[in-house]
Amino acid sequence: MSDRPLLEIVDLRKSFPIRNKFGRVTGEVKAVDGVSFSIARGQVYGLAGESGSGKSTIARMIMGLAKPTSGDILLEGQNITGATGTRAYGRKVQMVFQNPGSSLNPRRTVGQSIAVPLVAHGLAVGQRQARIAELLEMVQLPTEFASRFPHELSGGQKQRVAIARALAVEPRLIVLDEPTSALDVSVQARVIALLMDLGQRLDLTFLFISHDLSLMRNFASDVGVLYLGKLVETGPTQALFERPTHAYTRLLLASVPVISAEEAAMRPTLPLINGEVATAAQVLAGLAEEQSKGNHS
Amino acid sequence: MSEALLSVRDLSVDFTTYGQTNYVLRGVSLEVPERRHIALVGESGSGKTVTMKAIMGILHTPPAAITGGEIVFDGHDLLSVSQAERDQLRGTAMSMVFQDPMSSLNPVFTIADQMGTILKYADRRLGRVRNGKGRMERVHEVLTQVRMRDPERIARAYPIMLSGGMRQRVLIAMALLSEPRLLIADEPGTALDVTTQAQILKLLKDLVEERGLALLMITHNLGVVRETSSYVYVMHHGRIVEEAATADLFANPQQAYTRNLIASVPRLNGGTDFLAVGRSEEAEVAP
Repeated sequence: MSDRPLLEIVDLRKSFPIRNKFGRVTGEVKAVDGVSFSIARGQVYGLAGESGSGKSTIARMIMGLAKPTSGDILLEGQNITGATGTRAYGRKVQMVFQNPGSSLNPRRTVGQSIAVPLVAHGLAVGQRQARIAELLEMVQLPTEFASRFPHELSGGQKQRVAIARALAVEPRLIVLDEPTSALDVSVQARVIALLMDLGQRLDLTFLFISHDLSLMRNFASDVGVLYLGKLVETGPTQALFERPTHAYTRLLLASVPVISAEEAAMRPTLPLINGEVATAAQVLAGLAEEQSKGNHS
Repeated sequence: MSEALLSVRDLSVDFTTYGQTNYVLRGVSLEVPERRHIALVGESGSGKTVTMKAIMGILHTPPAAITGGEIVFDGHDLLSVSQAERDQLRGTAMSMVFQDPMSSLNPVFTIADQMGTILKYADRRLGRVRNGKGRMERVHEVLTQVRMRDPERIARAYPIMLSGGMRQRVLIAMALLSEPRLLIADEPGTALDVTTQAQILKLLKDLVEERGLALLMITHNLGVVRETSSYVYVMHHGRIVEEAATADLFANPQQAYTRNLIASVPRLNGGTDFLAVGRSEEAEVAP
């Protein structure tokens, strides 16, 4: 079926053992706790969450860098839970990491870094230099950058190189793990503009992981909100931002510092407890109370 | 004109490394009046942290050198007073809330140890006499002021035992220890999750409000500027490129740089045109 989602995540779970000082397993942390969502072709799916929400663990499992405890990951309808990390899979899914300063090898030139996936997959044999130049052009960098080293580039330029490297194998899905959080806001705007442009031209699908809700509102077509390993809410971006139904989503939105009265007006009010902003745990505990009251009555 | 609590006039700072001189601040002027909340906003490399360090007197000289201008705090020209006088003001009349709650605390001492030490030296500089017990009382009092429910337990804790938000609160408490009149906050909450950041900003706002403190908020986040300040200075390449009442700056930015900066900020209600921002500054590719 051609109208199947590109990526389907079904009841994905990942737990890490907690060991005592003798190495005996005394419990487990459920880093990802039954997460299901799907990404249609050409979509930008935003995964929002704070630290510890499990968003990076999900990215790592999709990339084959971590093994799920249970659950399925289907790419184009094929279960790839066991196939992640293989060459064939690597051609379909690529990743752009958060910190371009550490995701590019400082001892390789830009051209050499971009060539790594080409060599690994045996692509563009005999015309690698031309392909590298083409990729640099795609990310709007001058072709002579191929001979430069990462330390000669600005943060935004490095991230463009990382994007070029991800594009080299013409993947179906690109996982963006906080691709702009290390960048200044004006540089971020240009990198996002580039990603939007590339997404349209090359018909790419993105999984966009971020803690920046304002950015997500303007980039993602669908959003899922993670809290402590659970997907608490998911839906089309505009609807989710304008009518958040889950208390945690409302708290997240209420916490975002904004720059205009219009934004402030659409933002939920911050929940206060004794004049102090309530924590996520307090908000959700309150929710649990309300629900149990509702069930009893 | 009434004298501002802090006024920086025409401040210039150079950094010289390996015989090469960089002009990092080029004639920066700003004022923080008593009880007002002022923001200094800029992207990385704009010079906002150097400005803050020059005000606090914690610039490393060399490589840095203050080549011109003056910093007047409460009638004292900080660049010409004696070291002893300067020390008396720093950490007492003006104090600092640092950015990174993970690295600003010493991991091998308890919170009480670290706060007690700060208080001991602040007392000594001010010629106050207070014994260890008195100091602990003050530490507990300040921890209560930053809304810690169990100040005795927090005081006994090591930094690693506290969450990021708790540590940021401890840093605010440290700044409040000696009852300063000016609080300089360097990106507070930036290292924290957005919900924790909201708690810290609310706390900071409430504290400066109820204690009548002047606040200089140094940040790269325009949202934080709008939420915490009434007047704002925009910094770029070592200069103040624009200053305005905060509401006016957002409603009617005058400079192209400020306009582009504001246009770059993604809006929570959508409609940010990243492609337009990209087009308006095509000349990004640096040499």
